[in-house]
Formats: sequence, C-alpha cells, structure tokens
Amino acid sequence: MFRLAAITIALLSTAGLAPAQTAKAIFDAHCARCHGIGGTGGEGPSLAVPVLRHAADDEALASVIENGIDATDMPGNWMLGANEIEQLVQYVRSLSRVEARPLPGDAKRGKALYEGRGACSVCHMVAGDGGAIGPDLSIVGLTRGAEYLRASLVSPGETVADRYVMVRAVTKDGREIDGVRVNEDSFTVQVRDVAGRFHSLDKRSLSVFEKQRGESLMRSYGSDLSAAELDDLVAYLASLREEP
Amino acid sequence: MRTVAVGIVITFMLAAGPVSAQVSAQRIANAEREPGSWLTYSGNYAAHRFSPLDRIDRENVSSLRTAWIYQTQGGGSLETSPIVVDGVMYITTPPGTVAALDVHTGRELWSWTRPMPSDLLTLGFPRTNRGLAILGETVYVGTLDSHVVALDASSGAVRWDETIADNRLGYSITAAPLAIRGKIIVGISGGEAGIRGFLDAYDPATGERLWRTYTVPGPGEPGNETWVGDTWKTGGAATWLTGAYDPETNLLYWGTGNPAPDWNGDNRPGDNLYSCSLLAIDADTGEMKWHFQFTPHDVHDWDANQIPVLVDATLDGRERKLVIMANRNAFYYVLDRVDGEFLLATAYSKQTWARGIDETGRPMVLPNTEPSEEGNLVWPSLQGATNWFSPSYSPSTGLLYVAVREMGSIYFKTETEYEPGKSFLGGGERALSGDDAAGAIRAIDVTTGETKWDFRQHSPPWAGVMATAGGLVFAGSGEGNFFALDADNGEPLWQFQTGGAVRSNPISFAIDGKQYVAVSSGQALFVFGL
Repeated sequence: MFRLAAITIALLSTAGLAPAQTAKAIFDAHCARCHGIGGTGGEGPSLAVPVLRHAADDEALASVIENGIDATDMPGNWMLGANEIEQLVQYVRSLSRVEARPLPGDAKRGKALYEGRGACSVCHMVAGDGGAIGPDLSIVGLTRGAEYLRASLVSPGETVADRYVMVRAVTKDGREIDGVRVNEDSFTVQVRDVAGRFHSLDKRSLSVFEKQRGESLMRSYGSDLSAAELDDLVAYLASLREEP
Repeated sequence: MRTVAVGIVITFMLAAGPVSAQVSAQRIANAEREPGSWLTYSGNYAAHRFSPLDRIDRENVSSLRTAWIYQTQGGGSLETSPIVVDGVMYITTPPGTVAALDVHTGRELWSWTRPMPSDLLTLGFPRTNRGLAILGETVYVGTLDSHVVALDASSGAVRWDETIADNRLGYSITAAPLAIRGKIIVGISGGEAGIRGFLDAYDPATGERLWRTYTVPGPGEPGNETWVGDTWKTGGAATWLTGAYDPETNLLYWGTGNPAPDWNGDNRPGDNLYSCSLLAIDADTGEMKWHFQFTPHDVHDWDANQIPVLVDATLDGRERKLVIMANRNAFYYVLDRVDGEFLLATAYSKQTWARGIDETGRPMVLPNTEPSEEGNLVWPSLQGATNWFSPSYSPSTGLLYVAVREMGSIYFKTETEYEPGKSFLGGGERALSGDDAAGAIRAIDVTTGETKWDFRQHSPPWAGVMATAGGLVFAGSGEGNFFALDADNGEPLWQFQTGGAVRSNPISFAIDGKQYVAVSSGQALFVFGL
C-alpha cells in the first residue's frame, strides 16, 4: 500500500517533464543500485520521504551526493559534475514532494469539514493541534497527491502506512490488545492502543497475533460526504504544506 | 613502541598460557583440532562455519549475556568476520582499518589504518570489509583501493603492500583473503563498474603475484565465444567473496559474480562465461579444472558469490565428495567437487523465473522474466534468495542452515554504455518491502535439498548463520536481533537486541575452556558468554 503510494507520487512528479527524465537517468545510473528505481529504497534507505535526515536543504543534499555521509554506507560521488548533482538534487526532492496544482474543491470549506462534521482532528494533528492516533497531517499536501488523499478518505484500509497497520493480539493468559503496530521484529512487537498506551509484547507469549491488512481505525467518508464535499476536504488537505 | 608491544605480549602470555606464534596452513587445515580458535574466514577450509564447541547448549543458552563490546569509530556498517587465535581477535573495520583485540577484554592491542583517498571508487557496494586471513606470523587484508597488505600479527607493522588493480576503473577489495599453504588467495570486487574479474594468488613472504586467473576468458581462450566482440573486456564476473579449499584435491572453489552490465544483456548475447559460476581452480597453478554456471546470461544480478560448502556424504548409495551452494538465484545445488558433475538442484525459496533446473544443471527460464522498461515483477529480488552472508553446515545434523530473503522485485532495464570508472548497470529494481517481504533461517537436508525446518524472520536478513556442536544455530536480523535456534527443529531459545542491524557472520571461540560467540551489529562487535 505504502509502496503504491510512493510510486504514484513518483509518477505524478516526473510525468511529462523532459529535464526530469534526464535527472531520472542519472539517478538510475548512480543511485538506484542501493536506493531503488524511483528512490523507494532497497539496500539503502528510501528517499521518497518528506524529511531527509542528512539533508536539511538543497545545499546540504548536494553536499551529501558529492561527498557521501561519514559513518554510513553512502559513498561520495566526486565523479559527477555540478550540473548532474543539481539535477539529482531536484529529482530526489521531487520523489517526496508533490507539486502544488489547482484542484476543483474549496480549501476553506474543506477546513470547516475537517474541524466540524468530519471530526478529523480527534485522531489527526495539524500544526500541533489535534489527536495522535492517526498520522500527523501538517505537511500531507507536500507528501501526498490529491488522488492518494481522496483514496484514503474513501477507502482508508487501502492506504495504511507501515507504522499504522492494525493488529490484534491475545496473550496466552487471555488478555486482548488491539491497536496499531508501531514496530516489530522477529521476536517482539510494539503496539499503541487507541488510548495512546504502548504495549511491548513477546511473540512467544501470544496465542493470537493478527495483522488486519486492509483495515484502518479510520472510517470511510465515501458515503458521509458528497462528491463536492470530498473535493473540498481534499483541497484543504492538499493545502497543508508548511512544517509547524 | 617496541617495548610496549613486547610488554603486551608478555602480559598476555601470563594470562593465556603458552603462545604458539605460528599459524601454519597445517593448523588451519586441522581447524577441528583446536575448536577454541577461529583460524580462517569460514572457520575451516571446507567453509562450514560450524563451531565444534559445545559448552553453550540448548539447556544453558538462555543465560547467554554480553562479555564485552567493541565500538568502531564510525565508517559504515561492520560486516567483519573475526579471526581468533592464541588469545588475540583480529577484525577489520570500515573503510580501511585492521585491529587486534585482547579476547579477554576487547581492549585494542594494535590497530593499523590505510586512509582512503578522496577519489576512492566503490561502485555498486557499500564501503565495507568482510575480514582478513592469518598465516605464519602475518595477517593479510585487502583494501577498498585494491591493495593487498601484509601486517605483522604482533604489532600491525606493514611487511609488504601491493597494488593489485586500478581502483580508478572500479576494482576494489571487500572480501577476506584465503591463506593456504604457500599462497594468499585474493578475490576482487567491481562487477557494477564493468571490470574484468580475476582470482589472484600471492607469495605470503614477499607479495609477489604467483598466478592470476581471469574469470572472463580472452580471445583464443575457451569460453570467449560466449561473448560478442569486445564485451568480454568489461564482462564483470567479480570474485568478491571468500571461497573454499580442499587440501586433498588441492582445488580452490570460488564463486563469480554477474556479467556486466547487470540488467541489460542486449549487447552481450550468449552465456557470458564464467559469470555467475562456481570455479574449481588448481591452487598451485591457477588452472581452471572445471566450472559450473548457475545462471547463464544473467540479467538479474544474481551473483554466485555465496559460500561454496564442501561436504562428504552418501548420495544414491555412493560416498561422494560434494560441493553444495544455496545460490542467490533461489536454487540449492549439489555438485561433485572432484569433477564438477551436476547432481541435484531444488528451489529453497520462492522463485518465479525458471520452470526448474534440467538434468544438465541448466535453468529452464520462463518467458517475460527479464527486466523491462515498464518493469517486471520477479522472485527473488536483486539481492537474491540469499547473498554474501554465510550459511552453516553442521556435521552433527547433516543440515545446511541458510539465511533466506523472501522478497520479490520489479526489475527495470535502461540503456547504458561503458565509461571507465563509472557505474555500468543498465537498470535496477524496485523491491517489494514491508509486509510484502520476509526472511527465514532454513534448514536444508544436504543430500535431498528438502527443507527440514523454517524459522520465519520479520524481514529479509543480511546476516549469516553459525551452527555449533551445542545443537544451536546462531543468526541475526535487520531489526537488531541476535538469536539462537535449536539446530534440530528451529525453535528459538535465546535472543538479544543489539540496537543496530546485524550485517555479519557469527563466530565462536574459547578462552580457558569457556565458549564465547561473537557477532558484529551496527558499528559494534558483541561478544557473548555464559
């Protein structure tokens, strides 16, 4: 699901742009071996993320590409010219950033729906206000395209990110824990319930451990909101592009 | 300096008893006779990565705890497989350091660093080093800028330093050399830069090159007809992982990597020998006695740089000398190691590229499984069903334990042209990740290829396994778990969270009869004992 989203974003951001094609070719030749075609990750981390921890701005990103990152497996690319590095910077940024574009809905009406009838802020945070059950939406307009946003309102179960997969666990002594899986390894799983409490579970102590794929804590807005209202809500979410 | 070094040696002698300063090839060949040491990359020449130590067992492994931790000074993930001998542990840390540690405490006895040049080329792989070799009173290491260096084992002083290839063309060394009688065997990396692969032998005393065997044949040599025009010159087939050795047949068994460019085979029609193959090479002369190609005309980067494991077993009622390999292409192979005869192949992991392996050992490739412009989803992924991290063979159970990556990839093909010192790839992958991928430790019956048990891992691993005479299999995970399974049934018996991804192979050794297990994870080396 997350993968599909990333692909959609990559397609949205590079479609029909000739220079981006060249940049993509440079990326494919020098970076994709570790970061994957489209920067979706592989041996190296995904670059289709809003925050690159080693590159606060474009200048820092250019330096990372040219010189590598100390104490990691990221090598320097001193063989690339300044123009190629500049193109890579733009391309890598495009992997996680959706260009702003005109949308049919009205963002103001959408904001009213978000705060009112939609009751979105019960679970989601924007600029520090709201709940923490679902993902923070402060820059969701930067990271997700309109098609993705609409799909997640209508079919929330199909756009669940890795750290929001719902799980149901029952311990061998009969205790049931429902919530989102915030982390997991081969032996343990960390679950956050709807009250925000963390549960550390040893898999060997569980009689049931189910990942509820295709399900989300969020209800569908497909029937509650009209098509025009959905447009408005999407327009509002797409306008959220500023870090708090 | 001299007095300090002597002081350390004397102190150490007091602590550990008499020191045998000479690590002869005979000693390595008889590694089973001194289970408290770990004398060569894979533990023995047969590459079993098996420890005959049994003090840590099914009953007491749950009490295993850290004895000491050694932290590196940065420089990328630690993938080294230590050597332990006569009270000293020798490790490599990236990008270019060798350290000798006191096995009792983890305190450094000496370290040597080759600073890396600013224009260092490491195309297609991390700036890592997977280990070293010891012979006589010298340790041997390859460097990322393609030097082979001999260091005095008691001080780290350089005995000799040879440049063996041109790093400006992408040649590099990450593999541990293999020390045998009278020779240091060295493999080369650079399959993503369009190098021409080779395997080298050096004189341990002088660094003089004794032979070089190219893994891509030139004009007039057998196999050159499997390349078109000059494509052999940039054909790849790197030898980037340490092989095995049989002192009886005097043959080296060494895997070779992908043909270059990796994912676009349009300009190199043919089988592209000897890429993605296992080579049996006469250790005295470098002459290739036989070869077996697992993946002819590879276009998925399924290097055969996995550990070839030498096993003697009864097959079809006959006692045979075998070489076995769980290959990156998802098939497990059994060959006769004397003449290279193909005996058996079975899929040990999900694969969607071949209908099977025919009676000659050649894959029956399915249509539409090549990389394409639009992308083609194929199992296994680019990193394969397994990779460089070691399997382990236990003579006690007769099983081969393999760390398996259950992962598919969408493979893409792009145009590419060879340029010296640049990546020569022709495509790439978009790997399935998250819950679409998983890992496993799998126990494979050596003579049938059947899976005896399977321990599922949360994600595809980058860590090798080690079985022990204590009935345990040690393994690691990308999430930082280092753990022990019951070698008979795969039941988890102990686990420890190291806090970094385990990307290395475990080893075991003993001090005064007490067994320890070592593994590196993240940028630290962990040693565990009871």
